Amino acid sequence: MSHRLPEHPDWLWRTPDPRRSYDVVVIGAGGHGLATAYYLARNHGITDVAVLERGWLAGGNMARNTTIIRSNYLCEESAALYEHALKLWEVLPEELDYDFLFSQRGVLNLAHTLQDVREGTRRVNANRLGGVDAEWLDPDQVRAFCPIVNTSPDVRYPVLGATLQPRAGIAKHDHVAWALARRADAYGVDLIQGCEVTGFLRDGDRVVGVRTNRGPIAAGKVALAAAGHSSVLAGLAGLRLPVQSHPLQALVSELLEPVHPTVVMSNHVHVYVSQAHKGELVMGAGVDAYNGYGQRGSFHMIEHQMSAALELFPIFARAHVLRTWGGIVDVTPDASPIIGPTPVENLYLNCGWGTGGFKATPSSGWVYAHTIATGEPHPLAAPFALERFTTGALIDEHGAAAVAH
Amino acid sequence: MLLIACPWCGEREELEFHYGGQAHVAHPADPEQLSDGEWGEYLFVRDNPKGPFAERWSHAAGCRRWFNVVRHTVTHQILAVYPAGEPKPVIP
Repeated sequence: MSHRLPEHPDWLWRTPDPRRSYDVVVIGAGGHGLATAYYLARNHGITDVAVLERGWLAGGNMARNTTIIRSNYLCEESAALYEHALKLWEVLPEELDYDFLFSQRGVLNLAHTLQDVREGTRRVNANRLGGVDAEWLDPDQVRAFCPIVNTSPDVRYPVLGATLQPRAGIAKHDHVAWALARRADAYGVDLIQGCEVTGFLRDGDRVVGVRTNRGPIAAGKVALAAAGHSSVLAGLAGLRLPVQSHPLQALVSELLEPVHPTVVMSNHVHVYVSQAHKGELVMGAGVDAYNGYGQRGSFHMIEHQMSAALELFPIFARAHVLRTWGGIVDVTPDASPIIGPTPVENLYLNCGWGTGGFKATPSSGWVYAHTIATGEPHPLAAPFALERFTTGALIDEHGAAAVAH
Repeated sequence: MLLIACPWCGEREELEFHYGGQAHVAHPADPEQLSDGEWGEYLFVRDNPKGPFAERWSHAAGCRRWFNVVRHTVTHQILAVYPAGEPKPVIP
């Protein structure tokens, strides 16, 4: 994989005016919405599709994530969904004919306590049983794989080991969006920016289209893919979702020489760090505790993640913060997404990815497109139906997903 | 960082507090009469407004008491602080 950034062509997609009617209207031109449109066309031959975006294409959470891709989830339903995504990531650059710098540099999830060690080794075994690559490393092996991690026993939370998923990595998020948008556009999908959905057109219990600031648009099916604003949007259709929206922050350092060879995550001291191709250290931590739509977070969260990063990587002590930002993530009670039909006919839901939506992008689009095209949940998506909050069949990934929510 | 006025201790930094989610969610009066759907709604579904939101906070590192706050979820402006058990104030 090249380490040079691809040139940005002038035009990757058209900017059409919305037509009066489409077979499918997808709300939200982020990664998931674009992947959905792409797979609707590619896998199902459905090309009479509009993707409506209130702001600009991929300008929401897609522009704000920390670009980490992995599938080392504990619950088998999640591991299957994210592993499907990882397999798609491995073929997409060629399929989309666009180098989005997918780099399988591996991810380390550090263990700092006996409980971390137990959780990690259990997850390694669960991953292997589920066909996901996973290894357990002792502290010496951690040091060999990522020499800049402080593995001294003389720190407050010494590194007792780590899980390693070698196939995990990072990709350049903007280029992923542009690659998907270009191909969807080539199939005839209309990508319409500056088009805010303000309501739904109803015929009794059925949704038959959307109201927008650019006029009403009729639709055979309407698919929500609005990340942090899903409950606001669903509210326009009279639906209440088991979703709470929280600010999630990340930050980048100034550009540094290549020094950080992998992705390191630590749930216990709570920071995750990778190095972008250009050289920035990209860091994140958990969400702010409270609900919010302000697209900024608390300073103390930044302080917390930087103190954790400094303990793990003393080499970063003199790095300067270049930029911080916040996105809004919709978190469900079991820290797992909701994908599938809704009680409103012809209205489909894809939300609740919490802090982990980017890595799922291709898989999310794949299973959502299937669900929309056939009216039946894709087998990988079926466990993630809205009904689980009535049946109690939750997919509880809190902590188990190798990251705190 | 929010500056939250605990009704008993006065203004303190957000770090001293623990968040408790939506306020005024009443336990069902007759739980055995609830359908699975209604029980799931009670357990898992909360308001998630883009605007004023009545929520619970505990002054965990101070007096340890719970109270309610109305906060705007976009601006984070705190519009009201009042003891638990009191009705939600009318926000103009």
